[in-house]
Amino acid sequence: MADTMTDIDNSPEVLSSGAMRRQMLKEFWFYFSENRGAVIGLVIFVLLVAVALLAPVIAPHSPFEQYRDAVLKPPAWTSGGSATYLLGTDPVGRDILSRLLYGAQYSLFIGVFVTTLSLVGGILVGLIAGYYRGWIDTVIMRLMDIILAFPSLLLALVLVAILGPSLTNGMIAIAITLQPHFVRLTRAAVMAEKTRDYVTAARLAGAGPVRLMFKTILPNCTAPLIVQATLSFSNAILDASALGFLGMGAQPPAPEWGTMLAEAREFILRAWWVVTFPGLAILITVLAINLMGDGLRDALDPKLKRS
Amino acid sequence: MALLQIENLTVEFETASGWFRAVDGVSMSVEKGEVLAIVGESGSGKSVAMLAVMGLLPWTAKITADRMLFEGRDMRGISPADRRKMIGKDIAMIFQEPIASLNPCFTVGFQIEEVLRIHLGLDKKARRARAIELFRQVGLPNPEERLNSFPHQMSGGQCQRVMIAIAIACNPKLLIADEPTTALDVTIQKQILDLIMALQAKTGMGLIMITHDMGVVAETADRVVVQYKGRKMEEADVLTLFENPKSNYTKALLAALPENATGDRLTTVSDFFDGNPEPAPSAGLGVTA
Amino acid sequence: MTDTMLEVRNIKRDYELAAGLFKPKKIIHAVKGVSFKLERGKTLAIVGESGCGKSTLARMLTFIDEPTGGELYIDGDKMDTRPGHLTPEMRQKVQIVFQNPYGSLNPRQKIGDVLGEPLSINTNMSAAERRERATEMLVKVGLGPEHYNRYPHMFSGGQRQRIAIARALMMNPKLLVLDEPVSALDLSVQAQVLNLLADLQDEFGLTYVFISHDLSVVRYIADEVMVMYFGEAVEYGTRDEVFSDPKHEYTRTLFAATPRADVESIRARIARKKAAAAA
Repeated sequence: MADTMTDIDNSPEVLSSGAMRRQMLKEFWFYFSENRGAVIGLVIFVLLVAVALLAPVIAPHSPFEQYRDAVLKPPAWTSGGSATYLLGTDPVGRDILSRLLYGAQYSLFIGVFVTTLSLVGGILVGLIAGYYRGWIDTVIMRLMDIILAFPSLLLALVLVAILGPSLTNGMIAIAITLQPHFVRLTRAAVMAEKTRDYVTAARLAGAGPVRLMFKTILPNCTAPLIVQATLSFSNAILDASALGFLGMGAQPPAPEWGTMLAEAREFILRAWWVVTFPGLAILITVLAINLMGDGLRDALDPKLKRS
Repeated sequence: MALLQIENLTVEFETASGWFRAVDGVSMSVEKGEVLAIVGESGSGKSVAMLAVMGLLPWTAKITADRMLFEGRDMRGISPADRRKMIGKDIAMIFQEPIASLNPCFTVGFQIEEVLRIHLGLDKKARRARAIELFRQVGLPNPEERLNSFPHQMSGGQCQRVMIAIAIACNPKLLIADEPTTALDVTIQKQILDLIMALQAKTGMGLIMITHDMGVVAETADRVVVQYKGRKMEEADVLTLFENPKSNYTKALLAALPENATGDRLTTVSDFFDGNPEPAPSAGLGVTA
Repeated sequence: MTDTMLEVRNIKRDYELAAGLFKPKKIIHAVKGVSFKLERGKTLAIVGESGCGKSTLARMLTFIDEPTGGELYIDGDKMDTRPGHLTPEMRQKVQIVFQNPYGSLNPRQKIGDVLGEPLSINTNMSAAERRERATEMLVKVGLGPEHYNRYPHMFSGGQRQRIAIARALMMNPKLLVLDEPVSALDLSVQAQVLNLLADLQDEFGLTYVFISHDLSVVRYIADEVMVMYFGEAVEYGTRDEVFSDPKHEYTRTLFAATPRADVESIRARIARKKAAAAA
């Protein structure tokens, strides 16, 4: 019954590379769009990117400007709010909506930077471990086990304490704590692929280890890595916010969502809006990206598709 | 009355490139005590048709049929609970991968006793005795000890014997064997086929043998249905099929057997269709014996 | 003088099962000293059931695995099978076609690149030249230039096996090891691929080592037959010798177990069944 589609693509006409890519994209979208949550996640994520890019245009105020006459103004729809500050102002009179919009830039930047860093590092180390095995694999994997044994936030805190508190150092620290997941995934995928016949065939054709690792094996390990990358993206945002909240990540007055929460800590009881909106922003972003990752897994899972 | 009667069965799946018709208007029937072979290549829909009868297809499949009767009972509108009662008891199935069709977490004894408990409601002692008897029947040595083995401790041939024991545990009226020997070596294949045929002859159950191997067909079947791309090409009793095949596709299949090679090269399907790979279904479809 | 293409002398391969916490190290003899000679342009079929060592033998002949002992001569030259001592010239002489056409092609590589890879690694041909050679080979194995840009998943099993054969032939090898090349294929496709192999053998004067478990295929394609059983060659001779007069008990069992699809056997079976029913 798994054979039912064998002859489906045997159309005789010549397919250009472009047409083929379109066809593959269409197939990808078919599986992705079957997951409604994933599509919602994707829409929110696209909106988030748009907001981040257009923040200077759509933000009503500067994120740093302090309006001394409008300190702790409630949101517009509550009594005492004004339409000038739609989501209210924070304790020093900055417009929360504008800060949230600019904060999207931070979050996306953190996500991209941390994911890229841990992805590249993890793939390199994982490839070496999975390809060469033996003692080098043992050393690498025990090291990764040690990193994984620490609670990730705690490890990030220690690293930041050593490197000094700043957003860059925070991101590096988070990247290091997220990296073992990529190493493990890559290693497992490489080990599975390495025994397949096409790798042997490439080796028989005379391909060296570097070519085998990067050109033959790696392209076939991408599906689980892409899924893990989306999950890391949201994890990075979450961890960076946590670091910011603890005062170890982005430093004030940067409008980073976690830092905004930290600054407003003492006003939680008096002014609910100063903590609710940054919190909601983090929640929605992380949820959207996770939903998207779910859909990606459905679309890329080789078990659901045919080779 | 036929044991199993299917008329105009169609099964479709939704794929990225639209609806795909895996089975296209197939009719067939099996009598009590008869061995029907469904032969076809991959993608011919031979397994899908039987899975549809068993209700084992995923919910994405669209199944339509004019008639689907088992012992005169309509299988189409049957409730899941009734279907579960019927499957494993009156209709049993064995699959291609014997080791994969057994649950690796439990002993084979537990798995066979589970079937006996659910369908026959035997007590513990009776179950044990019946399991040992079944193992002896399928030719497993030391049945008492074997009951405590896990699937990974046995060879493929032994696992297939266990699967057969589970399948015949409740004396089914119909056994569907889906490529039961494809994953096995030739000498083991012989043993398993002999076992299945002996059990069939002894119990008089109906047997549907799904296979791609003309050799297996020749060694087991009374009647044969040839399928290609979801359609029935031909139905005939086994001797007629091999001696005097009607459809071009069957002719091509038989000619492609290496043992039927004449001269330097083998005859291929395209030699029969002159570059037209889509053979038209032969006339006289839907007439069942 | 006979023109010997491949000679194998007492070749052996042992696997070591690593010692566990409570079990001692265990050595498995996968191939226990096999010897044979094969003439240029001929086909040797190696028959046996799973685990008999036939695939291990194939992997040794193609330098994928290193033999534990024994000698290997190809085209009259002794091969140095130690890892790192393999020259591109040696590698060029022997190629392999694997059983599973779905696993032997890189899913992310276009067919053109699959065929061009051996050339781009071992020669300094220009991209245009490689393309030309690959297209030529595609036509030779019964596919067309339009398939150059496609990915493996767009092909059926038989077509993939054709591509795998084309890849093996890109470097003009003299010896082709075929590890169950048609076992995963449908009957009608199997016939086409077997015909293709026969055509290519005629055209390029190839020598085949054909590994199979299917006796009917072996009987059709082989000049010489070797039957392996638990790592040993229990029967070795020309096809007619082996098929008409099997010496070893195991070979006879194997022949007896092979299903027969001729009309006389079916008639006999039905007669037996009728007699049993009447009794």
